[in-house]
Amino acid sequence: MSQTLFIDEPSRAAARKRFETLPMPTRLNEEFRFSNLKALDLTAFSSPTAPFAGDRDRIIKGSVGLAQSAGRMIFANDGLLARELYGDTLATKGVIWKPLDVAAREHPGLLAEHFMVQGAPLGSEKFAALHAARVKTGTLLYVPRGVEIALPVETFHWLSGEANSVFPHTLLIAEEGSKVTLIDYFMGATSGTSGLALGFNDLYIGPGARVDYVCVQNWNLKTLALQVNNTVVSAGGEVKSLNVNLGGRYARTESMSRLSGEGGRSDMLAVTVGAGEQEFDLRTFQDHAAPGAASDLLYKNALDDASRAIFAGMIKVEPDAHRTDAYQKVRNLLLSEDAEADSMPGLEILADEVRCSHGATSGQIDADELFYLLARGIPKHIALELMVQGFLQEAIDRLGNEVLGAKLGELVRAKLGA
Amino acid sequence: MSQPKTELNLDRSVGDFSYPEHHAFDAGVGLNRDTINYITDVKGEPEWIREFRLKALDIFNSKPLPTHWATKDLESLDFDKIRYYLSNGQKPTRSWEEVPEDMKETFERLGIPEQERKFLAGVEAQFDSEAVYSNIKKAIGEQGVIFVGPTEGLLKHPEIFRKWFGKVIPSGDNKFSALNSAVFSGGSFIYVPPGVKVKHPLQAYFRINAESFGQFERTLIIADEGSEVMYMEGCTAPKFETATLHSAVVELVALKGAKIQYVTVQNWSSNVFNLVTKRAIAHEDAEVKWIDCNIGSRLTMKYPGVVLKGRKARGEVVSIALASNGQHQDTGAKMIHLADETTSNIVSKSISAGTGRATYRGLVHVPKHLKGCKNNTVCDALLVNTDSRTDTYPAITVRGTGNAVQHEASVSQISAEQIFYMQQRGLTEGQAMSLSVNGFVNDLVRQFPMEYSVELKRLIDLEMEGSVG
Repeated sequence: MSQTLFIDEPSRAAARKRFETLPMPTRLNEEFRFSNLKALDLTAFSSPTAPFAGDRDRIIKGSVGLAQSAGRMIFANDGLLARELYGDTLATKGVIWKPLDVAAREHPGLLAEHFMVQGAPLGSEKFAALHAARVKTGTLLYVPRGVEIALPVETFHWLSGEANSVFPHTLLIAEEGSKVTLIDYFMGATSGTSGLALGFNDLYIGPGARVDYVCVQNWNLKTLALQVNNTVVSAGGEVKSLNVNLGGRYARTESMSRLSGEGGRSDMLAVTVGAGEQEFDLRTFQDHAAPGAASDLLYKNALDDASRAIFAGMIKVEPDAHRTDAYQKVRNLLLSEDAEADSMPGLEILADEVRCSHGATSGQIDADELFYLLARGIPKHIALELMVQGFLQEAIDRLGNEVLGAKLGELVRAKLGA
Repeated sequence: MSQPKTELNLDRSVGDFSYPEHHAFDAGVGLNRDTINYITDVKGEPEWIREFRLKALDIFNSKPLPTHWATKDLESLDFDKIRYYLSNGQKPTRSWEEVPEDMKETFERLGIPEQERKFLAGVEAQFDSEAVYSNIKKAIGEQGVIFVGPTEGLLKHPEIFRKWFGKVIPSGDNKFSALNSAVFSGGSFIYVPPGVKVKHPLQAYFRINAESFGQFERTLIIADEGSEVMYMEGCTAPKFETATLHSAVVELVALKGAKIQYVTVQNWSSNVFNLVTKRAIAHEDAEVKWIDCNIGSRLTMKYPGVVLKGRKARGEVVSIALASNGQHQDTGAKMIHLADETTSNIVSKSISAGTGRATYRGLVHVPKHLKGCKNNTVCDALLVNTDSRTDTYPAITVRGTGNAVQHEASVSQISAEQIFYMQQRGLTEGQAMSLSVNGFVNDLVRQFPMEYSVELKRLIDLEMEGSVG
């Protein structure tokens, strides 16, 4: 039993205690302004995660990533189904790419230094505590100094069964001058089943390192999904992260990017496609703790039916973070009378010589553009799909990776066509 | 270009004086039901006002301070140490001769020029909590315009007053609107009959002149169908050692096709907490514009709003905030769209100098099934020193298709190159900073009535002189 645990029992018990003691968010928590607090009821998910008992092959076959990747790991209900390495990049040059529980046994120092030390600075301390109490596995990707991994590394997490819960965890440590692309896919194995997905990821971008991180969230439409993303960028490091939000009944992501070294850069991107009664609760934090760093956020939301997106973004420029460049943009495209967008773009500037701006817009399909497409004989539903796709693609294209961009575009199109 | 120093006579210290206090009516210190009963009795108000006040007091007591989003500085307010009502027992007077000499002297020191009275349609000058001087030019009186204090308004014009009073801003809107509803005294009540266009701005000056005395004026302006009116208020206050609370409620009602402009230049002394609720209802085709400038006070929290209730109503907020050493200007705007084709515009510029903090908070709400609503919000912040701070916290809700909402904000600082260039031309650093800051707000300042824009320019000069080096 103890073999599968990588936090010892006392730490887990302490985390559970913390979870039980910390209050549920209320109307008085600004971090949860506009949030549907009722959606956060976790009581149905108190029993331990039920192990995966379904068809392994179906899951493995369904874990379709890029045509070419460096390797993939597949988890279902927090159990490892497959770990495949293509080529030898991930096995040599000191790269560590292992399930988190294994990594904890073999590399305890790395975990001790990095595991959940950033906490949940955007309001979800309570849920982070539950994650710490119940996390079983996930991935550790450690890229040593100067090592470049050319092809993306992919991880799949599946949630299966009624009222089940998963606690996916990703820890990426990119040492000085290294380079890597990491993709997490969150997938629902059964439709129509309620579930809880409480994920956590920490990305450490070393000095001068280059990291691209993509998270495709495609849980089933009854899943309550909470995700904490923390990124720490050292001097001269550069990270681009993209969240593709497609699934979930209520999906909250809290994404923090801390620029902790001079000259670091973080691009925070997201595309969200809402339909039915989906609620997306997107909270971001661009924390400029060092001078001369840059961050640029672009979130694009396309909202159909009675779906809803909350965007609350904060740019904080700390007292000594002079010469900061920080930008933040959220664009909402409302496709139906019942769709709703709540935007709270925020700035807190405590330094000097700063260039900062934010913008938020909410609008609808441009009637002239639609007319143009219709006049070319394109059926209306296809024309609309094209326009929404075009609207969202801008954020995806900022990754600057054509192959990956095309794959993500397909996933978005699949949801739009559904 | 630069102003000679002798012209900078609108020094903040102009307000640093006071005269011996001899208040005929004094409700004492602290707040309870007796205070309310005392105020109502002294003012000779009807029973429904007493009930209104007492109910508001309960609401005030039941609401917590909004420190979950607002600054913790609010906790330094001690509500038990504040005087809530104070008056010389004077009913508003109609002729200048009847105004006591020491009060005239106060106005003189404040720099309300004699000739301004000729220009202005009427002056409702508030000294402590009662209006001491109230004069409307004959012409306007003949047009049927009512311009009195709220007490006179509710006693003499109950049929208009009661219909709208507390309807735009209910007592329970927030803790401080409840406080005002409980203890209000002073302010203005204005009614402009249908079709009447008031040519000259109506103006009121407010002053606080007793230590620990909060001022709770209540203003209600009703512009009937197709009428137009502009109202201006400006404030200064003498400095005292203990913090002073100022908590006003201003309600505007613009009926079909009416236009209201409300101009504020706030320059309380730097110990004042200025916690104000201002809101307007704009009916069909009506237009409401708030022009709001905050320079003084220790903490100002004020978010003028417009509820766009009728089709094609328009709302606008133009806001300038200057936060100097130790000040926090927490200002913004609210636009609630409730009808089709309503449009709103918010332009906010703030300057943070020294340890000053300027905050913009905004709310834009477009509920579903509305068509053709538009909002445009622009917030620009200028940081002068390394210790200065600026924040922006807008909240925008849009439902459905057919509406367009956009928000933009930027933060920048005074360009070192510009300052260097101007210094090469012989300006001092202070003059150069002042010119630069004035340039930043110039397009908004020009929207103020002329005498205010002159005053504003000088106040900025003065503040900038102090923030150099």
